[in-house]
Order: sequence, then C-alpha cells, then structure tokens
Amino acid sequence: MSILAIEAAGPGVTLQDGGRHGYLRFGITAAGPMDPLMHASANRAAGNPLDATAIEVSTGGITVGAAGGPLGLALLAPGFRVALDGAALPEAVALTLEPGQILAVRAGDAGSWGYLAVSGRLDVAPVLGSNATHTRSALGGFDGRGLAAGDRLPVADGRAGDGAPHRLVVPWLARDARTIRVVPGPQDDYFAPDQIAAFLDGPWTVSPRGDRMACFLDGEPLKHARGHDIVSDGVAMGAIQVPGNGLPIVLMADRQSTGGYPKIATVIGPDIGRIAQLRGGTSLTFQKVTVAEAVAARRIERDALREPVAREPVVRTDFASDFLLGLNLVGGVTDGAG
Amino acid sequence: MVEFGTTVDPAISDRVLALDDALGAAPLTGLLERVPTYRSLMLHYDPLVLDRETLAARVRSLAAGATARAATPTLWTLPCCYDAPHGEDIVQVADRAGLSPDAVVSTHAGATYRVYMYGFAPGFAYLGGLADVLAVPRRQSPRPPHPRNAVMIGGGLAAVATVPMPTGWYVLGATPARLYAPERDPSFFVGAGDQIRFEPVDAATFDALTAREAAGEAVARRGEARR
Repeated sequence: MSILAIEAAGPGVTLQDGGRHGYLRFGITAAGPMDPLMHASANRAAGNPLDATAIEVSTGGITVGAAGGPLGLALLAPGFRVALDGAALPEAVALTLEPGQILAVRAGDAGSWGYLAVSGRLDVAPVLGSNATHTRSALGGFDGRGLAAGDRLPVADGRAGDGAPHRLVVPWLARDARTIRVVPGPQDDYFAPDQIAAFLDGPWTVSPRGDRMACFLDGEPLKHARGHDIVSDGVAMGAIQVPGNGLPIVLMADRQSTGGYPKIATVIGPDIGRIAQLRGGTSLTFQKVTVAEAVAARRIERDALREPVAREPVVRTDFASDFLLGLNLVGGVTDGAG
Repeated sequence: MVEFGTTVDPAISDRVLALDDALGAAPLTGLLERVPTYRSLMLHYDPLVLDRETLAARVRSLAAGATARAATPTLWTLPCCYDAPHGEDIVQVADRAGLSPDAVVSTHAGATYRVYMYGFAPGFAYLGGLADVLAVPRRQSPRPPHPRNAVMIGGGLAAVATVPMPTGWYVLGATPARLYAPERDPSFFVGAGDQIRFEPVDAATFDALTAREAAGEAVARRGEARR
C-alpha cells in the first residue's frame, strides 16, 4: 500500500470529507470542508467520489511526499503557491508524486483554504461514519487533530495518475467574493427594516480572527429591535448571528450545533466557500436572494461538478529564489485566516 | 426552521418532539437531519431532492396532527458523584445560593430533569427541571475545561457534558455513565424528551462504575418516565 507522508504541516491542516451527517441532534457538528465546492472539485479531478476524504490545507501550508509507490494527486489551492521539488506549479494541478519527490503548498497573496485529493482512498478509520476532523472536540480525521510532520496516511486503491503535471481548468477557481448572497432569517424579525438594509449594504470587513468555526465581520454595528438573546435553536452552516455588539458572525463548518443569538440571514450554500476563502481585511457586501434563487444556484453548482475537470499540460518554469525562501514553513504564512 | 414558540416550556418542547417523532416515523427522501431544540425543530434537507413546498406541506399536516408524543419517554437514572474531586464548584454554588453544600447536593439529586435538547458541543445535554434555589446565573467568564461527563448547572438549567470544554457553568459532580461514546453502538442512548434523575454515589463507587462502563457495561438504569 502506498503512503502519503506528511513532511511538514502548519496549524489548521486537517482531513475533511463531505461532513459527519446525522448527529446534529446530539450536538455533533458536521465539520467538513470550509469551501465545499473546491473540496468536491479536487475530488472530481482526482477521480474520487465528491465527498471523499481529502486534505484541507490552511494558510499554514503543507509539504508531502510519497512512500511505497507513486501517488496520483489533484490540488486545488486558489491563491496558494505550489512547488514540486522546488519548481513552481499552478494553483490548480494534477500530478503524479513519485517516492523521493516533495510537493509543497504555501499561502500566497490570497485564499485561505486549498484541497489536496489523492487518487484512491485515504485509509483512515471513520468516526461516526466520517473522516471529517472537528478539532475542538478532537473528533474524526487523524486522531482527532490536525496533520503534523511525521504523519503517514495509507492510500487504499491508489492510482498513480498521468505522470507529468497538468493544469486543472476549473472555471470557478477565481470567484467574485465581494458580494455574498444570503436568504433572510430565520430571525430577521429581530431587526428593523433600516437595520436589514444596513446589514446588506455594509460594507463589512473580514476580521483576521476567523477560523473554521466562524468568520467575524467588522463594520458599523447593527442595532437589535427586540434584544439580542433568543432561546437557543439550531444553526446552519452560513447562518449569520448578530450578538450584543452588533457585529455579524458567519457560522462556518466547525460551528456549534445551536446558538442563542438572532440570525439575521443565512449565506446560501454556493457562496459559503467564497466567504471562507476571504482573508482578513477583505471588504464585502451582502445581496438578498429568494430561496428559489438559492436553489437555482445550487443546481448550477451540482451540474458543474458532474462535468469532468479539463486539464492542460504544464510548461515547467524555473523557480525564483524568493519562492524558495517562501518554502520556509513559517515564512510562508502571511495572514491569520487559519 | 419550524418554530413553535419563543420560550423554554415543556408544552412547546412536546410539540417540537411530536413533530420530530412524526417525521422520523415516515422519513422523507432528501430530509437529512432533524434538530429538536427548546422551541423549534430545525430541518436540514437537500433542496435538489426534496422541494421546499413539499416539505413545508408535510410539516404543516404533521404538526397539526402531532400535538403529543406518541412514544413514552424513558427515565434514566445516572449515578453521580458529588464528592471531591468531582464536585469542583459545589462550595461556590452553595455560597451564591445561600445553601449548605449538602443542601445543594440533596436539592440537585432530588429533582427529575427533562432533556430539552443537545447543543453547544458533542453530547452536551440541556436539562430543565432545576430547583429555583439553584438558579444561579452563569459565570461572567468561563472556568477552565470541565472534566468528562460533568454534571453541571448554570442560568437556571442543568446539563450533562461529555467533552471537556471551558464553561460558564458550575460543576456539581460527574457521572460514570457516558451519554456519548463514539465507538459504541448506539453512540448516544438518551434522547431529547427523556427524563434524568441523578443518584448520589461515593468516589469509590464512582471509580468502580467508571471501570464497568469502560468495559462496555451500561451503568445508567432505564425506567419509564412519568408523563
């Protein structure tokens, strides 16, 4: 059996599959990818089921090698810097990693999450039916924690891939994220109409203190019409809570399963990944859409994922010295999105 | 989100759970998760498989018919050790409530609790039925992580919490029963709507029961709840 060997991994690099579903009623959050579209696309490109287990790469970066045999890999890491044995590769790439070769993924100027899928199956024992990692409760993934140097991930049914690196042609690699679509509610009645308008218009600035649990927004605080406490109820991924300080919090993959603040709106599924990819300091506004429009957007996304991922040959470029310097693990981290 | 009210009320919770039961008894393709809370039932569904209007129509018809729970809830008796080192915060609660530590224990162990919901963290069960004299507010800032299977109170509610987390609640004791064990089948045995009583045990008994639970035995006892 081939092995994917973790040579180095920054904080926040985890295994994620499509999520741990069916246990929300017991307080178990689904976890799963921060950018579900990019995660599914990487799996598609690797020839795996869309919800297969892949590595979610944070801005902390990762360095991997192969042992026991070549591994076919597909990497989608928008905005990240990628190198195979020091030679720069595209941010969206399929390749065969031979034993002895080293693939490095480092944070670039943009983007918070990349996805590395192995052609085959990462053979890690599931917990409650899933390999998704929820680090706050030490659940799932690799011993319930983020990946670290020295970890070795067995690959079952591995396929070596095409050999030379190919650029993956993924039209949604660069998505417009300045406008995030939301469906109002479920507690939009806790806000007067002028505050709903203020929420939509923003602009809001993504705070650098976000993580897999939540994206915090800075801006002009919103006022509540009916207080800021509700009796706790369930929260969906993308639910936007407004706590007492009036600053919206977008709840993400590792959110708590319930919450006690009014939720003014919910980010539609196809835009979850867009907001997840934003680094601290980025500005955004919200756009109100109907449930029907949200469903239509989801259908477009599903249909797109049914298509094979096109690929084109990569012309190897010489590496620049500043890039090599950037391979220093800590030096590669430029922002605290992870 | 199917909302039945805005308060913590056993009657509202019964309606939530009645709808939850009814949807569970006749599953709809595309309905992925049902999350009962104090006052609402959250439904996660795949809108490309299950049309929103179809789901809403089914919910309306079931909610109209299902006003009481079909199943009789279970009464669980959980051993609970209030002694050192488990009852970490009993003295603080006693001071704030103006009771003796023994009175805190006897009051807490004398009540029957209703499991309203799980939330916050894996296996964190919110319990109603706490005596008013123990309704101390939650802490202003969280205390260090509570131990596994902590029995806690705060803000007028009781809780059993399986996964250690920093908390604003007060730790009164610990139960050797694991409400949540991911490797066990079933991983959870106490459902929303069930009832819980705590049975005081000393530290030596707690240790013995913990060993039995770890060996795969269930140390929680089940009975039939009073409606």
